[in-house]
Amino acid sequence: MDLVTPNLGLMFWTGLIFVLLLFILTKFIWKPILSAVNTREKSISDSLELAEKTMAEMKSLQSQNENLLKEARAERDAIVRDAKEIATKMVEESKNTAKTEAEKIITSAREAINNEKVSAMAELKIQIAEFSIQIAEKVVRGELSSDEKQKALSEKLASDFQLN
Amino acid sequence: MIYGSIAAIGAGLAVLGAGLGIGRIGGSAMDAIARQPEAAGKIQGAMIIAAALIEGVALFGVVVGMLGGAK
Amino acid sequence: MAFKNVIKSVFLTCLAIFSLNVSFANSGKEKEKLEIMHHISDAHEWHLFGETAVYLPIILIDGGLKTFSSKELYHHGTVVNVQVPEGSEPIEYIANAELGYAICHEKIYKLDANGELTFHEGHPKNLKPLDFSITKNTLSLFFGATIILVLMFSTASFYKKNGAVAPKGLAKFIEPLIVFVRDDIAKANLPKSKYLKYTPYLLTIFFFIFFNNLLGLVPILPGGANLTGNISVTIVLATLTLLITVFSGNKNYWKHIFATPGVPIALLPIMVPIEIVGVLTKPFALMIRLFANMTAGHIIILSLISIIFVNENAAWGFLSVPMGLFISVLELLVAFLQAYLFALLSSLFISAAVEEAHH
Repeated sequence: MDLVTPNLGLMFWTGLIFVLLLFILTKFIWKPILSAVNTREKSISDSLELAEKTMAEMKSLQSQNENLLKEARAERDAIVRDAKEIATKMVEESKNTAKTEAEKIITSAREAINNEKVSAMAELKIQIAEFSIQIAEKVVRGELSSDEKQKALSEKLASDFQLN
Repeated sequence: MIYGSIAAIGAGLAVLGAGLGIGRIGGSAMDAIARQPEAAGKIQGAMIIAAALIEGVALFGVVVGMLGGAK
Repeated sequence: MAFKNVIKSVFLTCLAIFSLNVSFANSGKEKEKLEIMHHISDAHEWHLFGETAVYLPIILIDGGLKTFSSKELYHHGTVVNVQVPEGSEPIEYIANAELGYAICHEKIYKLDANGELTFHEGHPKNLKPLDFSITKNTLSLFFGATIILVLMFSTASFYKKNGAVAPKGLAKFIEPLIVFVRDDIAKANLPKSKYLKYTPYLLTIFFFIFFNNLLGLVPILPGGANLTGNISVTIVLATLTLLITVFSGNKNYWKHIFATPGVPIALLPIMVPIEIVGVLTKPFALMIRLFANMTAGHIIILSLISIIFVNENAAWGFLSVPMGLFISVLELLVAFLQAYLFALLSSLFISAAVEEAHH
């Protein structure tokens, strides 16, 4: 029975010590420690938040960068495409000009050739006419060199007329 | 030769009851944890509280046993 | 033979560490039982080993404050053996006629005019002066409080010096416990707006019980007293919880006690006493739980060690030392668990008292 009979002296000391302990610890220990722990927890959560924010920012920056890159790439592609187009156009144009030039040259050459030909023909005709006249002169001269010949010719011509 | 007091039997019976009770709690808690491993913390807390309550009742028995033993 | 002696001495050293309070001279079952009961109860001296003890001051209020060393009784007093009828337990007490006091079963009695105690059915009938002595448990209480204060002040000074940085050294050990009590006991059970008000109490009760439990497991001088296993200590702690619960009870709490909603008025005369008893049994269970757990732990360890002395053979050490060691380790867990449970259940009782109606 002694075991479960409370003892007044010990109860008094326990109560005194515990209440003193509660008072001192609450005033000098729990409050500073809890506030320190709270501050730290707050700073940790703040830092975490900040980190998250920074990460989000970085992500947006990254996406911005990506957009910029995409734009730049698109621009580059456009420039390259334009350049290619221009180049092909230029090539085409130069090809065309070359072709027309060549054609022009060919036509002019052909014309020149024709002209030459025509002039050559004309000259030839003139030459031939000259030659024929000379020949005719020679022939006429020959035909009319003697009286007989003149007579024969006139006879012939007369016979020709007679035929008519 | 038999010696000792009847209080010892009482203490033994109290321990038997508490053992059965805490055993059941432990078993059920194991089942619950196996079923829902993510709630293990909460189940453990509830288990300890329930075990403590049972143990408290058993200790009443032990104290009464001790009183009988110590006269 | 030499080998056997070595084993014997090793075991005896182990035993000496574990059971300084168990006198080697004693033997026999009844004597061991008395020895164990003596160890777990309070005393006016702190028995070290053999005949050596620390004598503690005795403070009495008996028509004025009276103080003297317990040495006056234990050492200079005369042992009186009381004549008892055949078959009943022998009674002895130590009296000091000069002082006019006697000690019987660690209780102080005033000697009567003849300078002796008179007994009735085995208990002294003499007057008992109010005893505020610094007993073994009181001294242990001082040690415990000092340890808590030193540890806590050095922890607090760490934060004062370094600000809110990650804990190092001692603070690394104390802080998780504080955060554990705050988060898992106070915050988990009490309403959000009120838990900060009760956290200091829960922290103090947790550390008080935890450190005193641990101190009780130390077998040498600063520890070894069965402080938290003493009903006087647990009754004070439980009463504080009861007072805090009752004084912080809100309208809702009292309404549940005196006019339980949903109960017919005719039943109230039965319900109200039951509810009031319910209010009292909760801290009563707290008191008994801590007391019985710690006392049982001490009794089990001492009983295991006593196996050797009951059987008067050191070979029993092979059984009793490993088992004693096992129970000692288990008691470390129990020391923490009981502190946790006391704080947890206190917070549950308080939360029942401060909770707002939710129906």
